[in-house]
Amino acid sequence: MRPIRVLVAKAGLDSHDRGAKVIARALRDAGMEVIYTGLHRTPEHVVAAAIQEDVDVVAISLLSGAHLTVVPKIIAGLRAEGADDVLMMLGGIVPDEDVGPLREAGVAAVFGPGTDTEEVVEFIRGHVRAGSPA
Amino acid sequence: MSQLAAALLQGDRRALARAITVIETGGAERAEILKALHGRGGQAQVVGLTGAPGAGKSTLVSRLAGALRDAGERVGILAVDPSSPFTGGALLGDRVRMGTGEGLFIRSLASRGHAGGLSRATADAVRLLDAAGFSIILLETVGAGQGEVEIMRLAHTTVVVTVPGLGDDVQAFKAGIMEIGDIFVVNKSDLPGANIAARDLTMMLMLGPARDWSPPVLQTSALKGEGLDELIKAIRDHAAHLRGAGLWDRHAADLLRRRFEEAFAEVALRRLRATAEGSGAWQVAAEAVARGDLDPYAAAEQVLGQVAPASAEVPGG
Repeated sequence: MRPIRVLVAKAGLDSHDRGAKVIARALRDAGMEVIYTGLHRTPEHVVAAAIQEDVDVVAISLLSGAHLTVVPKIIAGLRAEGADDVLMMLGGIVPDEDVGPLREAGVAAVFGPGTDTEEVVEFIRGHVRAGSPA
Repeated sequence: MSQLAAALLQGDRRALARAITVIETGGAERAEILKALHGRGGQAQVVGLTGAPGAGKSTLVSRLAGALRDAGERVGILAVDPSSPFTGGALLGDRVRMGTGEGLFIRSLASRGHAGGLSRATADAVRLLDAAGFSIILLETVGAGQGEVEIMRLAHTTVVVTVPGLGDDVQAFKAGIMEIGDIFVVNKSDLPGANIAARDLTMMLMLGPARDWSPPVLQTSALKGEGLDELIKAIRDHAAHLRGAGLWDRHAADLLRRRFEEAFAEVALRRLRATAEGSGAWQVAAEAVARGDLDPYAAAEQVLGQVAPASAEVPGG
């Protein structure tokens, strides 16, 4: 089976990428191919990267509080490209009351600070059809 | 024709991306796509960039791609990074240096256990980009040591990227990667020692046999965007040289011949192994070898003798 491909993207203007790097490393160690975008990516850039890299999962890391504007834009962009089967995940600081609207917008999961990386790995494996190599 | 192949030929980027996934995965759909694209393309100049980890390949590729795009080229980028030998996972980080990549198609490929600096699917991925109408395909290898020379077979033009301070002039004389450059680039030319590195390379090239093409030694600072015009000129000069000398067509023919050999080896291995595993001969031989009862070559001959008819062997071969 082919490896699961994950785009780990830092969207928005904050420069704290430790969380994104921890997740990227954990997914790599779980046998996934992780494409890391680097900092300050716009929604358009995240969508283009997700399409070109043909990823199964887009994991956005966002600490700036802009999730309610940035994330729906990314989801809309992916849908416009016909990539609505991509699993959308969000990590960072997200107030509880925002989780509902984000899930409604199409975010499959929101992971807060202190999340066990194993939990993220299991979530992806449970939701992506490709499965990971044996 | 497969829908994916048809959409790819129309310039649909998502179809291209999907098709690359398919050829990376292998199987019947890969064969179908490659069959559909047979005879398409052939116009793209494939430019390979290789060099040590940290030489600045990604930044240089990014800047070069931007400059080529601004000069009217349609630029596709394939960037190969290593897969973990332990988990099969990979961290593909070339996009970090490539910024937003406006107007470019960038695809990261994991090496997936393939040695030589590329991935097994890279040659087919190049064919896909070629068929999709890109005029220049930039191919970035994994950070190479001294022996990752596969790139020179796949690329029309191989650019060897080095930086000041990687070693004395003897390093420049070694076999392997230093032999394969059509263009040499001393990147990070703002660092001390750039002139010395360029001089050592030039010396090395001058002492070699005269060739139809004399590889230029250029200096760039990818970070500052310096030296890019000279690099683009050298890339174009090399393409003109290949076409003028009839080498462009020969390159394509060589590539196809080698792809046939690889495809044959792949299909033959799969079939013969499946037959041997079906009869149990494979497992018996593998265990005997593991126990030390049989040497690997004798075991291979023994299993092949069972699954491939001896009459098919060349007499005396």
